[in-house]
Amino acid sequence: MIRRLVLQSLGVQRGERILFEGLNLDLAAGEAVTLTGPNGAGKTSLLRVVAGFIAPLRGSVCFEAATGALEPGEARRADCHFLGHQDGLKAARTARDELVFWARWTGSSPAGTIAAAERLGVDRLLDLEVRQLSAGQRRRLVLARLIAAPRSLWLLDEPLSPLDGASRGLFGEIMAAHLEAGGLILAAAHDPLPMGGRELALRR
Amino acid sequence: MTALVLLLRRELTLAWGRGGGPMLALAFLAAATAALPLAIGPSPARLAAVAVGAAWVSLVLATLLSLDRLFERDFEDGALELLALGPLPFEAVGAVKCAAQWIATGAPLALGSPIAAIALGAPLRAAPLIAAVALAGGLAFAFVGGAGAAVALASRRGGVLIAVIVLPLAVPPIIFGGASIWAFTAGLPWETGLALLGAYALAAVALTPFAMAAACRNALS
Repeated sequence: MIRRLVLQSLGVQRGERILFEGLNLDLAAGEAVTLTGPNGAGKTSLLRVVAGFIAPLRGSVCFEAATGALEPGEARRADCHFLGHQDGLKAARTARDELVFWARWTGSSPAGTIAAAERLGVDRLLDLEVRQLSAGQRRRLVLARLIAAPRSLWLLDEPLSPLDGASRGLFGEIMAAHLEAGGLILAAAHDPLPMGGRELALRR
Repeated sequence: MTALVLLLRRELTLAWGRGGGPMLALAFLAAATAALPLAIGPSPARLAAVAVGAAWVSLVLATLLSLDRLFERDFEDGALELLALGPLPFEAVGAVKCAAQWIATGAPLALGSPIAAIALGAPLRAAPLIAAVALAGGLAFAFVGGAGAAVALASRRGGVLIAVIVLPLAVPPIIFGGASIWAFTAGLPWETGLALLGAYALAAVALTPFAMAAACRNALS
């Protein structure tokens, strides 16, 4: 269980450009941090560094459990949800196939998957092919994956963008419940997220 | 273990549903077999002389045909990122994808290739060996091709790159398999070629997953 995420004097380079340097962040269980900043400031890159996709130029990313530091690869594979711009859904497969696979891949039980689909209101869409879903419905399917498999650290890139007002409110409640249960959220967003929390502004 | 089975089942369904799936590979094999007599003339003696080699080359090309999208679709739609945060390391993910490719495409082709060879005039008694060679060769091509497909990720004109990477690596199994079948039809010892082909396939299974994993990590960064 990840109880704390510590970024120490992190520097990230993309191509020739250094996006940011000397970035420090301490995120404890039950806390949320919203990354803000203009396009190209490095919000997505920071999330990808924490997820382990990009190696930082300098500095470190540490995951800590109650018992001490965790091995980063292990922590990411077992206790980390990533929600990026692309949702990883195959257009030709049914929503049910995709949700069940990704939920089980991240460690969910079948019962938990169905409950999650009901919570997000996508249980009626499960027999449709993914190509038939709207952008908002696809996003809700992906969010169902987040709550189907309980993992502590959520890395969210613009999680609300294609959602309608009601779904935004619902996902706000879900995020608040996740924090209450001891989860951690690091999210990139242009609009403030409904559950509040700290803000970390990146500049170009 | 359950994660391996879970991923294998998904990859098999995806391979069957994919555009360049088993049916396309089989259709390619059938088309190449049917076109050969039109190109070199219908004389049975002339056809029988090249039957085995032609069937083998058609099989190789049919296998390579379906490889280029092996990692690319998962890379493009973001599934590779989610696979990275699952229970298996990329080495295992790559190996499972190639194994699924072999089961879904290699096995049907291994069944189809003796039929193609015999239709061109190869002796009937060579059919089991042709199937065995096709099966072992398909395993080698799936893993070597998977490594090529992974290396070509995130590069423009990836298809050309795959061909440039994979074709040289596909030469030894082509030689081993072709030599084994040829020796068998000529009544010579054929076991060495098959053994070398099997050894090459196993080496590919053992080594290429590391290349695939490194290439996938590189593509994500």
